[in-house]
Amino acid sequence: MSGGLGRIGVVTFPGSLDDRDARRAIRAAGGEAVALWHRDRELHGVDAVVLPGGFSYGDYLRCGAIARFSPIMESVLTGARTGMPVLGICNGFQVLCESHLLPGALTRNDHLHFVCRDQRLRIENAETSWTTDYTAGQEITVPVKNIDGGYVADERTLDALEAEGRVVARYLDWNPNGSRRDIAGITNQTGNVVGLMPHAEHAVDALTGPTTDGLGVFTSALRTLVGSS
Amino acid sequence: MNERSEHTPMPSLDTVKHAEQTPDTELPWAELGLKEPEYARIREILGRRPTGAELAMYSVMWSEHCSYKSSKIHLKQFGTKAPDSDALLVGIGEQAGVVDIGQGYAVTFKVESHNHPSYVEPYQGAATGVGGIVRDIIAMGARPVAVLDPLRFGAADHPDTRRVLPGVVAGIGGYGNCLGLPNIGGEVVFDPCYQGNPLVNALCVGVMRHEDIHLAQASGVGNKVVLYGARTGGDGIGGASLLASETFDSADGKPSKRPAVQVGDPFQEKLLIECTLEAFQERLVVGIQDLGAAGLSCATSELASGGSGGMRVELDSVPLRDSSLSPEEILMSESQERMCAVLEPDKVDRFLEICEKWEVTATVIGEVTDGDRLTVHWRGEQIVDVPPRTVAHDGPVLDRPYARPAWQDALQADDPAKLSRPGTGEELRAAVLALVGSPNQASKSWITDQYDRYVLGDTVLAQPEDSGMIRIDEETGLGVALATDGNGRYAKLDPYTGAQLALSEAYRNVATSGATPLAVTDCLNFGSPEDPAAMWQFAEACRGLADACQVLGTPVTGGNVSLYNQTGEKAVHPTPVVGVLGVIDDVTRRTPMAFGQEGQLLYLLGDTREELGGSAWSEVAHGQLGGLPPAVDLERERLLGEILVAASRDGMIDAAHDVSDGGLVQAVVESCLRGRNGARLVVPDGIDPFVFLFSESQGRAVVAVPRSEEVRFTDMCGARGLPAARIGVVDGQEVELQGQFSLPLDELRETYERTVPALLN
Repeated sequence: MSGGLGRIGVVTFPGSLDDRDARRAIRAAGGEAVALWHRDRELHGVDAVVLPGGFSYGDYLRCGAIARFSPIMESVLTGARTGMPVLGICNGFQVLCESHLLPGALTRNDHLHFVCRDQRLRIENAETSWTTDYTAGQEITVPVKNIDGGYVADERTLDALEAEGRVVARYLDWNPNGSRRDIAGITNQTGNVVGLMPHAEHAVDALTGPTTDGLGVFTSALRTLVGSS
Repeated sequence: MNERSEHTPMPSLDTVKHAEQTPDTELPWAELGLKEPEYARIREILGRRPTGAELAMYSVMWSEHCSYKSSKIHLKQFGTKAPDSDALLVGIGEQAGVVDIGQGYAVTFKVESHNHPSYVEPYQGAATGVGGIVRDIIAMGARPVAVLDPLRFGAADHPDTRRVLPGVVAGIGGYGNCLGLPNIGGEVVFDPCYQGNPLVNALCVGVMRHEDIHLAQASGVGNKVVLYGARTGGDGIGGASLLASETFDSADGKPSKRPAVQVGDPFQEKLLIECTLEAFQERLVVGIQDLGAAGLSCATSELASGGSGGMRVELDSVPLRDSSLSPEEILMSESQERMCAVLEPDKVDRFLEICEKWEVTATVIGEVTDGDRLTVHWRGEQIVDVPPRTVAHDGPVLDRPYARPAWQDALQADDPAKLSRPGTGEELRAAVLALVGSPNQASKSWITDQYDRYVLGDTVLAQPEDSGMIRIDEETGLGVALATDGNGRYAKLDPYTGAQLALSEAYRNVATSGATPLAVTDCLNFGSPEDPAAMWQFAEACRGLADACQVLGTPVTGGNVSLYNQTGEKAVHPTPVVGVLGVIDDVTRRTPMAFGQEGQLLYLLGDTREELGGSAWSEVAHGQLGGLPPAVDLERERLLGEILVAASRDGMIDAAHDVSDGGLVQAVVESCLRGRNGARLVVPDGIDPFVFLFSESQGRAVVAVPRSEEVRFTDMCGARGLPAARIGVVDGQEVELQGQFSLPLDELRETYERTVPALLN
């Protein structure tokens, strides 16, 4: 990394909403947040990338389906394939699935409503670039807010995700969107790319979030960057 | 969307010249909603018959919705009686008022109705209501930071409520969530009077620096007028004149007016917000106006009359979704997500560049001219030549007859004192459960969980808290709080008092959270102004609200009037909805409603009298509405507010909840459930337990005081003359009224939470 603070970029697509919040969370974790624009081809030297929540391109066609073709995504894909930490939150998770960096897809919530609530989760894999500051089995509470948050994949893929320990987090108490096997987040085979439906960036300050449990996602990435520099 | 039939014949062009040459041509003024004297007045202003396009403009701008013709003379009081306030930077009259909150920040906020469209098409009606109020706020130069939605529906168990409510809620969520604005409060009320006429009000609040206030004005000869945002289509044509007035049945065999409801595109609006704010930041804009009701007719006439007066518009330049639209239709279209900016010529290129960055269509459609005429041109011909002020501001003003209805005395004489009441502990227990599980008092989380309350990361409090609170400055902790309230039952019993009670409650809610109330916005939902009884209710409510604002020192900065809220002869309850804005210097000092700490002492602030008229208890237990509403005591509200703000600032209380509909017991149950702690209550001497639990006396709040602060807190109340009665302690997992009953929290929670989902799922 480029010395000093870890630099984490946050991409703004047309219709991104939680981009400011992701940048604030990165700063709260002690990193430097860099705003990235979807039309740029450059990553401006960042060490990691967050694809934030929102409704990129109004969720038209399919969630994430248009954003995936943004010019910046080529660089994100290249980075992700060479080990750069990439996190997709909510709509960002949808973009990662559309980009085939992660398997499966996110579909309309089974109850057909938007849902915004404080959600208890269990961290299943504490070894990805974005979860090393947690322990496996740790229970945390962060907000979930989505209308297309139901994680689906075919049984073979789901079995493989389980067998390879690639389920990063699971919903506890109540499955808010009908996700298969209560999956709230998954990772790729190398653990540097993570998709998370719940909004960790909204649980970094007890004044404005239910807890500070989400901060660990961002401190994990910064620690990963230090470790690899 | 809303493509017209391709067989619609193009009307031949009615130019200004043609109108002069054919003075006797009959125009469909009555079909466009104009009355005969209004049409005569238009002819008098122009000195000839209007062209078709001019008639279109006048008809929408002189509609009740745009011209406030029935309400104007009553609304004047909000100006003439306005209290002196240093806080007001822009007063009533602009699209939304602007309030100084200190540290160089200003806040603008406004509530509006979208009642009629939401009944016709719940999803789009409610969605475009959010879109419209958000554009109003941007047009003042502010970044929108939150929305609130006061909603009223028919009976909770009526089949049509199951059609209207989920659509409205999904529309508000679908639009607001996609814009990235947290939804932090509002209300949901059920009453059979709203069955054929739900009330869908939307409030938006925005923030700016003092120097960034923008007004709707087109000044500077040669400046360019740019239309940007969505293309113009055939949706919502005549919406303002058709929907927001009279009736929308198609019982007379005429085609349904469904297409008059506009269709929203929140993604487009999100882009519109971002590119407008970027243009503001670079100081490119001289004047700005959103396109809402009456579309281009409204925007061009208001911009021109707000500025030096002259404007020339080339209608051919307007980007269209449907190339077959006639010029009249283009002028009247209410296609959503459009705005108009006025720019100096050398700023136009940069403005268009910003629009291109956000992929927003932007087109120069005209320019500011010297003189005082608004002219519109189409295919090289002049089709409009009017003094813009006559369109925008000189609409008809009616002094409609009003009279106290004959039934008012009988209604007020129907005193709830005669109703049978619970006496034993067992009966009181059952009455509490019935209240807590009633649709109006039960948890609304089925609804509010469909709204994003977290986005933007500055939400400090959101529903079901007393007020929604947003942090404005991350460094200093400066924030604002907002609450909306209205009680149609109270206002039906006495509209003057009812309006004051709506203000009292919203004021109290803001203070309960620890913020100092500063200013007011109102949405006045009433029946037909042509009915003297409804007009009397309206006049009384305006008078009551203006009088109360004067006493509380909170000026009305803007708002909205919605009339004709009735199906056939049956009007809704008179429903003034009042939004109060407050400021808090440091949001970390906020007071939440949850009883979070066992052992803390519960104090009831204020006086409890037997006041059950219009109460939740009389509705739930007896289905009764009669008597007089609770008495208003504005000086007490102000004192209570000051105590609550001081206690919050100095850390004397840990929780507070206002006592309003449902009485003390409803407040205690809500705070217990939210804090996951029970409470042991004792009835103070001299009060009947039933009155203690269910009375709706005003000027009251229940607070949780840490034992270490008890003396300091009670000394302060004593010194200021505010009654404070110790009524119990936060303890255990039950709500217990000593010697009467106890209710486990689990049972209360189950009762509180199951009602609304059971009705709607």
